[in-house]
Amino acid sequence: MRLSEADSHALSGASPVPDYLHDGTTVMSWLNTRDHKRVGVMFLVSVIVFFFVGGLFALLIRFKLLQPGPFFMDALSYNRMFTLHGVVMIFLFLIPAIPSAFGNFVLPLMLGARDVAFPRLNLFSYYLYLTGAAVALWGMIHGGADTGWTFYTPYSSTTPTQVAPILLGAFILGFSSILTGLNFIVTVHTLRAPGLGWMKMPLFVWSAYATSVIQILATPVLAITLLIVTVERIGGFGLFDPARGGDPVLFQHMFWFYSHPAVYIMILPAMGVISECVCAFSRKNPFGYKAIAFSSLGIAFVGFFTWGHHLFVAGQSVFVGGAFGLLSMFVGIFTAIKVFNWVGTMYRGAISFKTPFAYICGFLYFIVFGGMTGVALATTSLDIHWHDTYFVVAHFHFIMVGASVMAFLAALHYWFPKMFGKVYHEGWGLVAASLIILGFNATFIPQFLLGNFGMPRRYYQYPEHFQALNVASTAGATLLGFGFLLIVIYLGIALKWGSRSTESNPWGSKGFEWLTASPPPTHNFDEIPTITQMPHDYRTHEPSGVIRVA
Amino acid sequence: MSHEAEAGLPPGILGHHFSSLARQNEAARLGMWLFLATEILLFAGLFTGYAVYRFQFPEAFAECSRHLELTLGTVNTVVLITSSLTVALAIHFARTNRPRAAAACLVITILFALAFLGIKAVEYTAHFHEKSLPGKYYAFEEVKIPGAAMFFSLYFLMTGLHALHVIAGMIVLGFNCWHTLHGRYSSRYYTGLELGGMYWHLVDMVWIFLYPLLYLI
Repeated sequence: MRLSEADSHALSGASPVPDYLHDGTTVMSWLNTRDHKRVGVMFLVSVIVFFFVGGLFALLIRFKLLQPGPFFMDALSYNRMFTLHGVVMIFLFLIPAIPSAFGNFVLPLMLGARDVAFPRLNLFSYYLYLTGAAVALWGMIHGGADTGWTFYTPYSSTTPTQVAPILLGAFILGFSSILTGLNFIVTVHTLRAPGLGWMKMPLFVWSAYATSVIQILATPVLAITLLIVTVERIGGFGLFDPARGGDPVLFQHMFWFYSHPAVYIMILPAMGVISECVCAFSRKNPFGYKAIAFSSLGIAFVGFFTWGHHLFVAGQSVFVGGAFGLLSMFVGIFTAIKVFNWVGTMYRGAISFKTPFAYICGFLYFIVFGGMTGVALATTSLDIHWHDTYFVVAHFHFIMVGASVMAFLAALHYWFPKMFGKVYHEGWGLVAASLIILGFNATFIPQFLLGNFGMPRRYYQYPEHFQALNVASTAGATLLGFGFLLIVIYLGIALKWGSRSTESNPWGSKGFEWLTASPPPTHNFDEIPTITQMPHDYRTHEPSGVIRVA
Repeated sequence: MSHEAEAGLPPGILGHHFSSLARQNEAARLGMWLFLATEILLFAGLFTGYAVYRFQFPEAFAECSRHLELTLGTVNTVVLITSSLTVALAIHFARTNRPRAAAACLVITILFALAFLGIKAVEYTAHFHEKSLPGKYYAFEEVKIPGAAMFFSLYFLMTGLHALHVIAGMIVLGFNCWHTLHGRYSSRYYTGLELGGMYWHLVDMVWIFLYPLLYLI
């Protein structure tokens, strides 16, 4: 069957082997695919859709906050809005965004493999994602939840809103994330091309590997925690209910044991993208390859011992608070190592200021600013002032939206020609990047100030003297929204009417994923390449330092 | 594909993206070990809860533990450990090309699993009758100290989640049994069966920890 399709396309196309997009074009050929590239594209489309759903919730929240008093929606709807914004953005966008979409697409290509280790499991992971999303959406439509995405007990086990389906949705999404992580680890261990030793792996692979370790070890703990809250709601088991001798703070410990490392599930792959793009657009070998690679593992490791910094005001002892604060600062050290090496890579490089590079600059600024405020928040004495204020909101949006979304957009533009063989309009790309970086600052810098002045997060109303900064923040959010819409428009145009990229490597990148055609054929490589050099070796003019087996 | 036929394997075993069966087996085993790690961490949440509340209510936990059916619990432990032996034997017979013996061992394993669930059901029924139930449903006359309801919450959560894993394991072994009878496993290839066995051993291992924590304190 596949052969006949291949033949028919061989007649129309120049290349004798059809690329993965044209190897079967029916809907079923997508829904029943085993191809990691198609699974990646399906994930990409889904996460972008949910990004806009979550963004819509955010805009509604910001619209309400234009006025200090009751306005536009009632308090319960407002509570639902910020819960849904958090749930959608974290579980449906940020966690799968880079690993499941871009990771699925490029990781096997970077390793010189024909697919991930378990292609069927990979597709199953996508369907788990859809199922989890459907269950959570069902809960959102039928009443939503008003607990915040953190589901703190005992409120989450007593509120009359529809928490159970959303918990169940997050539970299922967790297994999707686990299976992707499992697949990546096994792929990295068993499917590296000949000659591709661990110390030659592209830096994106290192960060995806570190991410997968977190996904595997932390997510099951979230799964059991959400399960306990669910039985608590349905059966009154009382594990987190003080009225029955339970301890609500135990919930916080178990929840953050997953959810703090989950922050690194969101940022580590972003760091991997930046490591790739920085080399490609500076045309320079990575500066401090080992330092970047091992700092990824360092973040993954130390990330498991920082959860207590969410509990500084939850009755934790001063000693434990101090220990968790100190451990949290290690993350800052590993991140600083990376930032230093990225800047070192740029230094005296031949920089081409394309759209992905604009996002790299945005990323560096956001991660330094967001990271520094993070170190400040890890200091117990300062945190008591800032805890549960907009300062914290601004801090984690700098990392998650600022840094992670910058990297997501950098990846989207950098790998767009790889994935679809089309080129987008560079001018519009730079315009959108400027809008987004500007809009982002306008949204969240006022929130730092608001938090420092003492405006608590998640409150429906606020004192009148906070209004000016809130209006500024909403204006920034609107700008941000326009920036994202612009990207969808010009990328959509590029997909539909854009000119086919004349060369298969328009950036002249020497990352291993560019060794094969763009878009790649179904089985990636005609022959598995033998790797002889480092990724992104720009010292020679040889094509990426690879010889093919005769 | 052709490299499957070269290795003399039945179709549908060797994936196109693996260079050799040995490589694929290595990947499958590593994948299973990682999956088992996630299972352990899933139970770890409950073990953490158990540790916290046992330190908070030591007397209630000891008292409630004495009201569990120690004999039934012990019999169940023996049943489950024996079933681990039979599944190991099944793998041994499969790799020495005796599929009928292997299938028989798998059937025995599944029967042991059923026996385990049956005994567990007897225990659960007794709990329902004496109302030693979790959380808000707790109305057991014989133990009325604080923390008793918490013990039974944990008891039902832990044994309940374990029982779900026993059921999942029976389904996995059922598939393995079907494949064994249809000649999929031989000395050339038996990894699929081995993975089922690994999962079953984990189910067994979890019980080995649950038994002393719940019955022997």
